Amino acid sequence: MNTLQKVRFVGKPLVFLLCLVPAALVVGDAFEITGRLGANPVEEIQDRFGIWGIRFIMITLAVTPLRRITGWNWLLRFRRMLGLFTFFYVLMHFLNWLILDQGLLLSAIFEDLTRRPFIMIGFAALLLLLAMAATSTDGMRRRMGRRWDKLHYSAYAVGLLGVWHYWWQIKKDTSDAWIYAIILSALLGYRIWWRRKLKKNRGG
Amino acid sequence: MLIQKPADIRPSEITSKENYLNRRDFIRAGSIAGASVLAGPALGAIVPDQQRARLADVARSEFSTIEAPNDYEDVTTYNNFYEFGTGKDDPHQNAQDFDPRPWSITVAGHAEKTGTFHFEDFIRLFDLEERIYRMRCVEAWSMVIPWVGISLADVVKHYQPTSKARYVAFETLHDPVRMPGQRRRVLDWPYREGLTIAEAMNPLPILAVGVYGETMPNQNGAPIRLVVPWKYGFKGIKSIVRINFVEKQPQTSWNMAAAREYGFYANVNPEVDHPRWSQARERRIGAGLFAARQPTLMFNGYGEQVAHLYSGLDLRKNY
Repeated sequence: MNTLQKVRFVGKPLVFLLCLVPAALVVGDAFEITGRLGANPVEEIQDRFGIWGIRFIMITLAVTPLRRITGWNWLLRFRRMLGLFTFFYVLMHFLNWLILDQGLLLSAIFEDLTRRPFIMIGFAALLLLLAMAATSTDGMRRRMGRRWDKLHYSAYAVGLLGVWHYWWQIKKDTSDAWIYAIILSALLGYRIWWRRKLKKNRGG
Repeated sequence: MLIQKPADIRPSEITSKENYLNRRDFIRAGSIAGASVLAGPALGAIVPDQQRARLADVARSEFSTIEAPNDYEDVTTYNNFYEFGTGKDDPHQNAQDFDPRPWSITVAGHAEKTGTFHFEDFIRLFDLEERIYRMRCVEAWSMVIPWVGISLADVVKHYQPTSKARYVAFETLHDPVRMPGQRRRVLDWPYREGLTIAEAMNPLPILAVGVYGETMPNQNGAPIRLVVPWKYGFKGIKSIVRINFVEKQPQTSWNMAAAREYGFYANVNPEVDHPRWSQARERRIGAGLFAARQPTLMFNGYGEQVAHLYSGLDLRKNY
């Protein structure tokens, strides 16, 4: 098997299954097979999907720096799948809030979406992810051309909105949020550094 | 000679809700037969220093709700007690080695009687009562908890605050060795809370020394904690070492941390939202994955007993 085949027939199925583990654990814990969701299962599900949404946008944004540093170009082939898993976890986080937490009570949902800034921020991230997921096929990419690149730069915005959303709902202890903020800064900082370097090289 | 080591409490020995409720029926039946005994002279509260020891001579209270209490496990594994960590499960995880003895409580400030008392001596002057109260957390979840405690009003009366005493201030133990959460400055330690004298003299607040008819678990604020059922849970200061009668409104921990979000009064109020979330509805712990949130009641449903305390006070400003 050449690298391309390895990615396609071994790497991708393996990574796909791995990405499903956090979701499978939520289901397993809900039925008390793999563990438990604790006294407040709705909140636990909300927190787990949310934090995995943040982790997955970080993992997705790590693909490009890792590829450049290691020279492993095949990493790029996982980027779409990782991005779609980000969307999946954020969507589950959103649906849990909508259905289990708010019980589809429209007045409360509308109030939260219009009056609570941290929820608006999270919702904006979800809309950006939705737009990227909907245009993630090869066909769409071809048809959209340069506009596709522009749209998919919003992955950076999703990272920023995600960490901001996480930060803003914390009552007091921001130590975990700091970790994500630092990782995100490194991932975005790398890109700024890379662009400067390119410009300098081009300038001569 | 065979020396048997006493076994630790096994999970199988934990009182199930069914047994517990049966026990209540049993007490109820007994209290009819032995009404004269229960009405007799009080012996004073005795609180053993073992974990999960049964409390004796616990009277029932007319203030108890008839709602079904939460499971013992919910009450003791899901709560906030930042002295043992900021996660909901942290107190349960990290408070197991905490030893709430020896314990002393200092009563100070504008009162006829003041001093430092051993916990056992402090508690002995009062009678134990069970109070099954709704508990509404500021984070919009709630439980029903069968506390055992002594009436705060009785305690206040005993120490005879002078006319200068307008507030009662409480403090938690400050000991980062025994309370590992205090090694990080998440809050400005020690934890502080306070009530107006009128609030403290209301018949509802108690100094709780137990739950489910047993001694207070470490993670819930052993050996003694405040319970004020019409206020958000953070008013219920745990592991109290100091009670101070003061003239000025005392500083309170969450108000010091974020004044815009947590006021001194912190009365449960569905009409005044937390700046970041709605307080109109609450999630009842133990109601299940698919249960809807339920409406939050003004003063957590205790308006009949406490609304008069706030007549003329703008509860939007004094949140």
